[in-house]
Amino acid sequence: MAITTHPAGIGAASGDDRQVASSIAALITDAPVPHPTLLKTFGAMMAREFRVLGRNAPSTFIRAVMQPLLFAFVFAYVLPKIGSGFGSAGGGGGAAGGVTFATILVPGLMGSMFLMQGMFGTTMPLVMEFSWQRTIEDRALAPVPISVLAVQKITAGAIQALIGAAIVFPVVYWVHAPGQGPHIAGVNWPLLIVVMIFASTMTASLGLLLGTVVDPRKIQMVFAVVLLPLTMLGCVYYPWSALHVIRWLQIVVLFNPMVYMTEGLRAALTPGLGHMALWAILVALVGGTVVFGALAVRTFRNRVVN
Amino acid sequence: MTAMTVQPPGNQPPVPAKAQAAIRTKELRKTYKSSRGDVDAVRGIDLDVPAGEFFGLLGPNGAGKSTTIGMLTTLVAPTGGAAWVAGHDVIREPVAVKRRIGVVTQNNTLDMQLTVAENLQFRSRFFGLPKGVAARRAEQLIDAFGLGDRKNAMASDLSGGQARRLMIARALVHQPDVLFLDEPTAGLDPQTRVNLWDILQVLHGQGQTILLTTHYMEEAEALCDRIAVVDHGQVLAEGSLDELLADAGAQTIVTVRYEEPVPDGLAERAGLAGRPGVTKVETDGEQLRVFSGDPEGLLGDLVNIGAANGLHVRDASQAKPSLESAFLSLTGREYRE
Repeated sequence: MAITTHPAGIGAASGDDRQVASSIAALITDAPVPHPTLLKTFGAMMAREFRVLGRNAPSTFIRAVMQPLLFAFVFAYVLPKIGSGFGSAGGGGGAAGGVTFATILVPGLMGSMFLMQGMFGTTMPLVMEFSWQRTIEDRALAPVPISVLAVQKITAGAIQALIGAAIVFPVVYWVHAPGQGPHIAGVNWPLLIVVMIFASTMTASLGLLLGTVVDPRKIQMVFAVVLLPLTMLGCVYYPWSALHVIRWLQIVVLFNPMVYMTEGLRAALTPGLGHMALWAILVALVGGTVVFGALAVRTFRNRVVN
Repeated sequence: MTAMTVQPPGNQPPVPAKAQAAIRTKELRKTYKSSRGDVDAVRGIDLDVPAGEFFGLLGPNGAGKSTTIGMLTTLVAPTGGAAWVAGHDVIREPVAVKRRIGVVTQNNTLDMQLTVAENLQFRSRFFGLPKGVAARRAEQLIDAFGLGDRKNAMASDLSGGQARRLMIARALVHQPDVLFLDEPTAGLDPQTRVNLWDILQVLHGQGQTILLTTHYMEEAEALCDRIAVVDHGQVLAEGSLDELLADAGAQTIVTVRYEEPVPDGLAERAGLAGRPGVTKVETDGEQLRVFSGDPEGLLGDLVNIGAANGLHVRDASQAKPSLESAFLSLTGREYRE
């Protein structure tokens, strides 16, 4: 081995240096040739989401299960037990007469979970990615248009929303006082699938939109100003038809996208209990998904490429 | 400097390298609009970097280097002019550009939710490598960049130097035509910096086209075939290190600061400009600065000239020809890092 002069103290022996140099050189001479396609890149990005979701599974699960668990516990167990009369809390609407509150709660809670999980699934990661290190640039340099990255983010958020909403079923079935379980019969499966797909996509689009237009430092406010009113006035705890006694409110809540999600779920899960006209629900869900989705892709692109 | 690019002498036909320019910009501009007024970050930059070159954008912080690299890597939308990377228009064909570039940003953009190996594997898969090939490529990169013992560590747990090495490794995953590095050694300790320099020189030796921005003059001097000196969003000078030094008239700079203000016309009366080798004489308050290719005895003469005119020397310095003196001569300002 030839001895090369090397300043003392810097680096390892020259042989090692040469090895390192040749292995770095090999990175260029001995490199696989990539053939990216839109589909492969999209698939790889989704695989990355699932890897992260899997790694965070315990915390994701706890986040997704706590809300329905507590709601079911309070509304389907505690309140009926103490006899608050909540069991028939439908006012003069279609929910009156022997319908358990759990029955009304299932579609409402699912809608609420769509919103929570869909928004958590998109808005929160986005806030991190757009913060000072702008880690979003990592994904933005993948060989696809930025709009594809936006669609991928919506898809990932929608999947989280679907998982979150699905958790509602077992929780509400198991957690209730005797005789206070939900009565769900005559489920319209095709409608349920359509509503779930559009509800999850719409909330994820909404989440992406908020995550891109809101200053990361003010994201706390979004939850107070957006999430809370959308949920409380989203026909989660009462069917829309029951609001007819407060006519002005019944009209105002029509601007709340959440209403169409919960009413759509009612139409699919408990068609016998009365719900908003199906055409209105579908127009709002499909239209909302398209409008919020398009807006979100636009604001996302503007935010990534400045 | 050892690795010089082929500079065709004046009378020979030029090498047809222009056709395969790795990077070309024309009047490239970026103005940031804000409610507090517009900010011209880049004001019309023209660059022409042939394939295989190690090109440096040198300038102080805030000179517009990062914005320029942002536009070349499709992450910043230009507000004027045009740019092509690897033959593709950065505005009209951003996806084609992204396929052919590797980018090491100044900020740490590693995926903190993933391990070191996963960062490389997923980036490989983003670029269409099948899962198995991606895993092997990741192994190869981990070995070459000496990250073997950190392979399964989360990216968020890496030291500054390790993170930078992983970012360079990640940028090389898909064998990019052009490698962009934005301030790759900022904030690193000297040892790590020298290691990174070694890596970059090996890559360049293999024909990798590299565009690097730096505010460290010695980094540009040590690595780059050609350098563009940038400040306030404009290219002040461009060329090889030798050309820059020659063009800037940056011979040795002798500066003498007196206790008293230099009287008007002193330099003329003393005939400083007429001395052999002197290209420029500047008077600034108490300071007299002479640029000369023949500095022999100049410092002593300045002291004597001062003494003859009742000026007392406070301090004196002599700067050898360097990028620093070139920058000083180009801008009339001390280089601020």
